[in-house]
Amino acid sequence: MSTKELPSHAGTVIIGAGIVGSSLAGELAERGRDDILLIDKGPLSDPGGSTGHASNFIFPVEHSKDMTKLTSDSRDIYRDFGVFTNSGGIEVARTDERMAELKRRVVSAKSFGEDAELLTPEEVEELVPYVNTDIIKGGFYSKGAGTCDPLRAGELYRQQAQEKGALSTAANTMVEDLRVEDGEIQAVETDKGTVEADEVIIAAGLWSPKIADMAGVDIPLTPAVHQMVSVGPVERFEDGEGEINYPVIRDMDTQMYERQHGNDIEVGSYEHRPILWDVDDVPSIAESPLSPTQPPLTEDAFEPSMEHALEIIPDVLDDPDAGVRHSIDGLLSVTPDGHPLLGPIPEVDGLWSCAAIWIKEAPAIAREVSKWMTKGHPDIDIVAHDHVARFDEYGETQEFVKSRAHEGYQKIYGIVHPREQWQSTRPLRTSAFYNRQEDLDAEFFEAGGWERPRWFESNADLVDTYEDQIEDLRRPNEWDSRWWSPIVLGEHLHLRNNVGMIGDTGFGIFDIIGSDAEENMERLCVASMDIAVDDAVYTPILAPNAGFVADLTVARLGKNHYRVITGGAHAGQDRTWFGKHLEGDAELIGRSSELCTLGVWGPKAEALMDSISEEPMTADSFDFAEMKDVTINGVTAKALRISYVGEFGWEIYAPMDRGQRLWDTIYEAGQEFDIRPVGTGVYGETGRMEKGYRLMGAELEMDYNPAEAGLTFHGVKDADFIGKEAYAAAIDGENAATLCTLSVTDHAPDGGEPRFMTGGEPVLDENGDVLIDEEGRRSYVTSAGTGPSVGKHLLLSYLPREYAEEGEQLQVEYFGQQYPVEVEVAGNGGVFDPNNDRLFRNEY
Amino acid sequence: MEILTAIKRVPETGAKVSLTDDKLDIDTTSLGFTFSPHEECAVEEGVQLVEEHGGNVTVLTLGEADATEQLRSAIAMGADDGILLDGGDDEWGPVGTSKAIADAVGESGTDFDLLLFGNESADTANHQVGVRVAEELGLPCITGIKELDVADGTATAKREVPGGSEVYEIDLPAVITVKEGLNEPRYPSMRAKMQARKASVAERTPEPHEGDLELVELEVPESDDSPAEVLGEGPEAAADVVDVLEDLEVV
Repeated sequence: MSTKELPSHAGTVIIGAGIVGSSLAGELAERGRDDILLIDKGPLSDPGGSTGHASNFIFPVEHSKDMTKLTSDSRDIYRDFGVFTNSGGIEVARTDERMAELKRRVVSAKSFGEDAELLTPEEVEELVPYVNTDIIKGGFYSKGAGTCDPLRAGELYRQQAQEKGALSTAANTMVEDLRVEDGEIQAVETDKGTVEADEVIIAAGLWSPKIADMAGVDIPLTPAVHQMVSVGPVERFEDGEGEINYPVIRDMDTQMYERQHGNDIEVGSYEHRPILWDVDDVPSIAESPLSPTQPPLTEDAFEPSMEHALEIIPDVLDDPDAGVRHSIDGLLSVTPDGHPLLGPIPEVDGLWSCAAIWIKEAPAIAREVSKWMTKGHPDIDIVAHDHVARFDEYGETQEFVKSRAHEGYQKIYGIVHPREQWQSTRPLRTSAFYNRQEDLDAEFFEAGGWERPRWFESNADLVDTYEDQIEDLRRPNEWDSRWWSPIVLGEHLHLRNNVGMIGDTGFGIFDIIGSDAEENMERLCVASMDIAVDDAVYTPILAPNAGFVADLTVARLGKNHYRVITGGAHAGQDRTWFGKHLEGDAELIGRSSELCTLGVWGPKAEALMDSISEEPMTADSFDFAEMKDVTINGVTAKALRISYVGEFGWEIYAPMDRGQRLWDTIYEAGQEFDIRPVGTGVYGETGRMEKGYRLMGAELEMDYNPAEAGLTFHGVKDADFIGKEAYAAAIDGENAATLCTLSVTDHAPDGGEPRFMTGGEPVLDENGDVLIDEEGRRSYVTSAGTGPSVGKHLLLSYLPREYAEEGEQLQVEYFGQQYPVEVEVAGNGGVFDPNNDRLFRNEY
Repeated sequence: MEILTAIKRVPETGAKVSLTDDKLDIDTTSLGFTFSPHEECAVEEGVQLVEEHGGNVTVLTLGEADATEQLRSAIAMGADDGILLDGGDDEWGPVGTSKAIADAVGESGTDFDLLLFGNESADTANHQVGVRVAEELGLPCITGIKELDVADGTATAKREVPGGSEVYEIDLPAVITVKEGLNEPRYPSMRAKMQARKASVAERTPEPHEGDLELVELEVPESDDSPAEVLGEGPEAAADVVDVLEDLEVV
């Protein structure tokens, strides 16, 4: 029982005292928040959430730079608290396919700075003698892996904050409502009284959606079962000191792990059928024999896992004294894409989400979120892929969350291709072009919920047409060609030779309207917003440290009216950033669902469009970056002369209800010009890579500034804007790294099958060492894509200054093999049409 | 030696009990199921006796089809065969249950030397079924046993009474009801659990019995459900502890 009175006011209220909430308390106190109240409905130090039943091991290597960094930083924090044991960890492979995946993991380890190596079955046996090496092909040894004690870390974090006088805690206190007025958080109502608050963070794990609902907002996650049993006592473990003496084993092909814990072995599984819970069915603490997140094991679901565990570690499990002493359906949080849900809640000022986080990454994520809250941005990029707003406007329904969680659950420990697409709840967002595209056998990929054709099977003939140019760029290896088609190369060449139509590009579109619109836009954008009505400009959006928050196009539609056009996968993040920063008379109005976008580009674009538009659509009548109203066969639309593929042409934004007519008109009139529908394989990959166009979330992120990204062509405007100081300093200073375009010069240096990188590979010097710049940043491939017009496979990577020279010979590592590469362009610029004759002057 | 043990599927206790709306059952939405510690001891004792003397342990239950899960748990502990008396959704009182079990024993074709029951079930605690089955089968019965030896067709059984204990000798076949503490039931190994999942379980449909005890309504007694809170560790926690003690007017 608590004898403390609940305060009537707190600067910061954190809801949830698991590892996430406790870490937030410590990290926020560290950054100057001095009036924090940490509330949990359960007792301290184990309030009954997922933290209390986690198996607590940390494997740092991920196929993502940011997640690897967050995990290794968290490990450092646990280590500093004295609650980390460096046991090491081994992922074992039962199949050749998995062995290849483990090679890929070694490559990721190299890219992102973790120690890792492949092991033979004999080497696995030396480290963990109880593994049945008869059934494995080898292992991936993560030397830096280990186990931690998150409950103790939570205590120490709280203690730190309390010692600063910054934290009070309210255990056994049930949050009953969140009071919101005028879009701003006001107070947290509990069964012990009401606390007024300036800011509130929902760190309530699987209960987060329930708490969010109290404020009328969504945190899209679902509770899901992770089955775990504990078997002991195991005689082999009895003489060991401490909690763990052998590396943790991950039996990847069966989606299971086996981890020593004292005299027991914990056997956990993600193999069983997905068992999703409704948050309302999770019992109260009083109703739970163990804890609310530890309901009893669903025995039949665990049956295959028992078989597999007995296969991989029979020596331990068949110890005659060892029995199953503990077994649970541990509940944890699963999101529609497996990433956490972090950051400011778009609809309510002062309300934050910090949910769906694994133990292994929790302290560092809390640290980055606390930076976000206190200085306006995190240092590690948790914005691009982890922002709670990324499902805004489409992906927050129960059906969506459950279907994606169901699908995603089966990918845990899976071999997930970088281009792999989700299958469930599709199609969800379809543009006015969708039916026509389906008729043309489009292969759809999804972005921001929108169905976007990646390529069209109806264009298969183009592979023959352009066979000479495509021949050496086909991808004979199955992995390299997964979620890919040589048709993309055919479409690309056809567009560059004739004309192509690309849509819907699935943009996030919103307007900023009001008498203070210009002032607000100036403050948010690097480019000057003092532009003429009907003009548009591409601009980076920066954080105060000049890291990238977004890159997007802004068009001015009126004196007090701007239109922002951004990538569909970033729509929610960017809307939130703009929305949170607007001041005075400026309103944000979403347009994404009412406008469809069709790009028409290529040498014949001018002739085609001019023939069907009532207004002239020619190079002479339309300046680059100009946006004008056009009328095409009864459809009024706005056309913007711009291109992400480096060709002359327009993006045409039409009302969704007239989009199909626009498509039909252009498609039919285009037959004379040999038009083809073209997929985003060209738009997002081949076309953009040949032009060296940067992509948000890949090249553009928090770690690198615009000078390093080669995006300083706007210079430094007079008006103040967020990030200006750091941006100006970056321009003045010398870049530690420069974003370069490289090409692969030999796809099969040792003979055999030519290979084509997919992105994420480390860039090495002639000795095979990873390039590291003076700020400690490692060079890796941020994007990879084939350039059929230049006949090369192209890679983008930030290289240390001394290597960023055209003609520099380097290497990349892919599936354990090194391939020679050459720097084609150092800094901004295209490998194809470097003078932009096509784009700017319509010169063909 | 042929041994029969009888078990009953009951909700896992250890938490606040909620009732269904009609107050005739426990709300088991978030609860697991088990069989009682007394019955775990009965199964363990049977398995140990067979390990010592040879023979078979048959485990039997009367309940819904889901009770197969408990039979498998007992098989994982070492029982050899399982029999489910599928009672469906019907309510089975001690009279009907005992008759059904006695019938099943008769029909089993096995001459059981020893029938082990838990002293009472974990949910209804009528203390009747073991005794009634003995009566139905015309066998001797002793109850509340916490120590048991079997040798040469005779069981020596001990039970605790206030101030001491009573020791009985009883010729087999016999019915014995046992209590927790008789032995330390094993945790089944993972391999045994897996094999038990694959074991075949015989199913029979017992004859319902009219005029048994009928449940009218359940009631949850008032309980002190104040949660525990760790106030701290070491000397620093002393002040908080004193606060609580003062609050409770203990000091």
